[in-house]
Amino acid sequence: MSRLRDALERGEFVVTGEVAPPLGTDMSAMKRSVEVLGPVTHALNVTDNQGATLHLSSLAASRAVLEAGFEPIFQQTCRDRNRLALQSDLLAAATLGLENVLIVTGDDPRGGDHPQAKGVFDLDSTQLIEIATGMNEGRDMLGREMAGGTGFYIGAAAFPEAEPFDIQSARAIRKIEAGARFFQTQATMDIERFAEAVEAWRPYGVKVIAGILLLKSPRVIDFINTRLAGLMVPDELAERVRGAGDPFEESVQLAIEQVRAVREIADGVHIMPLGADDAVVRILEGAGLA
Amino acid sequence: MIITRPRDWERILRNLDEVHARKVFIMGCGQCATVVHTGGEEEILEAKARLEQEGHEVTGWAVGEVACHSGGTRLETRRNSGSIEEADAVLVLSCGAGVQTVADATSKPVFPGLESVFLGNVVRHGIYEERCQMCGDCVLDLTAGICPVTTCPKGLLNGPCGGMWGGMCEVLTNRECTHVRIQRRLAEQGRVTAHGIVPPKDFSAKLKPGSVNLREGRERGRKRAGSTGEAGR
Repeated sequence: MSRLRDALERGEFVVTGEVAPPLGTDMSAMKRSVEVLGPVTHALNVTDNQGATLHLSSLAASRAVLEAGFEPIFQQTCRDRNRLALQSDLLAAATLGLENVLIVTGDDPRGGDHPQAKGVFDLDSTQLIEIATGMNEGRDMLGREMAGGTGFYIGAAAFPEAEPFDIQSARAIRKIEAGARFFQTQATMDIERFAEAVEAWRPYGVKVIAGILLLKSPRVIDFINTRLAGLMVPDELAERVRGAGDPFEESVQLAIEQVRAVREIADGVHIMPLGADDAVVRILEGAGLA
Repeated sequence: MIITRPRDWERILRNLDEVHARKVFIMGCGQCATVVHTGGEEEILEAKARLEQEGHEVTGWAVGEVACHSGGTRLETRRNSGSIEEADAVLVLSCGAGVQTVADATSKPVFPGLESVFLGNVVRHGIYEERCQMCGDCVLDLTAGICPVTTCPKGLLNGPCGGMWGGMCEVLTNRECTHVRIQRRLAEQGRVTAHGIVPPKDFSAKLKPGSVNLREGRERGRKRAGSTGEAGR
């Protein structure tokens, strides 16, 4: 059984991290990340052509995480595959022993490294979550009995601080109704708004894992504010990191405070260190989680 | 209206070179391409000047009433048969439908002079936007008359996606998120917004190539009427 599911259902505060498959076949850098992050997390997200840029598939990389002795969260976007390929890959994932899946829409190709690509979006994430739920019950999207079903712990992305919240929240609730059992959220910036979102969603029976993003440099903050969709760093936090003598240290301290704050509200944290894997251990130690 | 835009001239000239075409006939379209100012009389004269400047001879030109209409285009090519016969190739300033109709109506090599881009709404004169992709499986009943298939860059039926911020679109950041507009209009009209999950789209409703034959039934009907008449005789 999925260790992530087990821990969340037991009410344990979970920690997830993420690793990116390489552009190429050499997974050694990813495996180094896995060795650092694996021991201090319950599970590791394995991204799927993140940012609409070419990488080795999440399917193979998730299997590599499993073989390294850790638990992957297989990410699947709706951008690159039609309904045949998506269902087929879910079946493949199950046979490869992958137990957690995070189903997301995916960034638009025109923001990635292959802007000439056709964005597939044959299904959207809510629809695919519903289909994955059916596969867990042994049926494909046509309702046909399959020779062996899946047993996924199904997750989705959620956006607690997006405005207008009522519209974004209604979609989050539809994802839960479709079968999402856990949410991993966009980076948490405003704890009060995060708490309100958790309050709105929890009655539907979903576990909420709070995204914590290491704002490790002024450049990263600028990148988020100008290039990254669905997220803005509030002035107050941006100034704190920008004005610090050592911005990196300040960002680690900030992340520790954020983890401590969401610990009272969420069911877990998902830490995105933007490559600074070693900082994850320090953040968790600082927050009393490792 | 079918929106077209000028095609890369280098490519047009290369096309003509490939068939060693020195003499060219130009065909425009009196419908969409005239209104959009890509294939009317004015644009044809510009193309003519451009071709002549490049050393080609323009044997003649015509703006058919509707380039995509088979009968009309056949008539137009017959009317201009002399100058088309004299030409080595025909350049068509219309959408791809018109280009193909002309290509069927003459034995000369026919080349597209425009790019066909979308079925467009006329927002204001000279400003066109794509609002409908003619998907054959309309969802406007569910979406308050705003098409997410076309106007959401990802074509999501259950939105907004996670990139929506401050009500704006992730991809086209200067535009309001289609799903925010849909939900707001539904709410304003007092229509239930929580209509559950919109199921996956039936893309088989728009399999290529599309074809509609309204005459099939009518012709069968006529034949039946005819045979009845015959039997009566």
